[in-house]
Amino acid sequence: MSRYHLEVRVKPRPGLLDPQGKAIHGALRSLGWPEVDDVRVGKAIYLYVDASSEKDAIEKATAMCRKLLANPVTEDFEVALAGRLQGARA
Amino acid sequence: MKAAVISFPGSNGDYDLYKAVQLVGGTPTFVWHRDKGALKAYEAVLLPGGFSYGDYLRAGAIASLSPIMEEVVAFAKAGGPVVGICNGFQTLCEAHLLPGALIRNEALRFASKHVRVRVERTDTAFTTDYAKGQVLSIPIAHGEGNYEADKGTLERLEGEGRVVFRYVDAAGVATDAANPNGSWHNIAGIVNEAGNVIGMMPHPERAMETIVGSADGRALFTSLVGSLTSSLAGSA
Repeated sequence: MSRYHLEVRVKPRPGLLDPQGKAIHGALRSLGWPEVDDVRVGKAIYLYVDASSEKDAIEKATAMCRKLLANPVTEDFEVALAGRLQGARA
Repeated sequence: MKAAVISFPGSNGDYDLYKAVQLVGGTPTFVWHRDKGALKAYEAVLLPGGFSYGDYLRAGAIASLSPIMEEVVAFAKAGGPVVGICNGFQTLCEAHLLPGALIRNEALRFASKHVRVRVERTDTAFTTDYAKGQVLSIPIAHGEGNYEADKGTLERLEGEGRVVFRYVDAAGVATDAANPNGSWHNIAGIVNEAGNVIGMMPHPERAMETIVGSADGRALFTSLVGSLTSSLAGSA
């Protein structure tokens, strides 16, 4: 087993109203960036997971996304491997 | 009516619900979210408002995976009446007992005020003591009450008449101005397909007596008591 560092990115689904993104968009425009066409706000969740392989780690994180980390009604998610960490357990 | 009022860490509407059940002659009991085998003794299950688990991740998300929720799901699947108010509604959506999701209010502000809702259906266990089209004054208190669902789900909800309460103006019209949070179709409350699970953002348990501004929530609880009494009489 090794310990993997995963980054889960959760973002509002396309087409869904994102009130936070809208507010930030308005703020950016009023600060002098009219070229900003759209803003969407998501979140990043960092996981430190013991797994037998990269594939295993990503599969585990994907299962966590389906069960808890993302709501399929409103959110999409991506799982990315951020690195294999020091201090891995045997 | 023997009613279980579920308490999660961060619930704040559980005492109001407890009192509401008492006010209509029912017998409430607090059930802690970690209690196992706790729901067998009850005729109704009520999920309160509040901020379970601090609304971390998503409102209701972590509560929906609490030990008690497996039993709430089983209770609902067996046809038992389940009421989710505010955070309880969010939790029922997260637990997939109701479709859709509640996201951040469109205006990004927490909304705490009395709103008007129209009763769309009076043939559910929760609304028999209302009149169809009746306009109620009931308080809301939420930051994430913006009801969203995909187009197919919304069409099904409307097609099957599963929207029970809708935000309206004083004339009973569902306008944008009367919508406090940006919910699709001014949806304030819905029922599941079988009609025994209701979720709503307004707080009927905080509108039980005129001294607090409105007693319009009371009929929801008397309806529930009445439906349980009649279903017991029917099965006897």
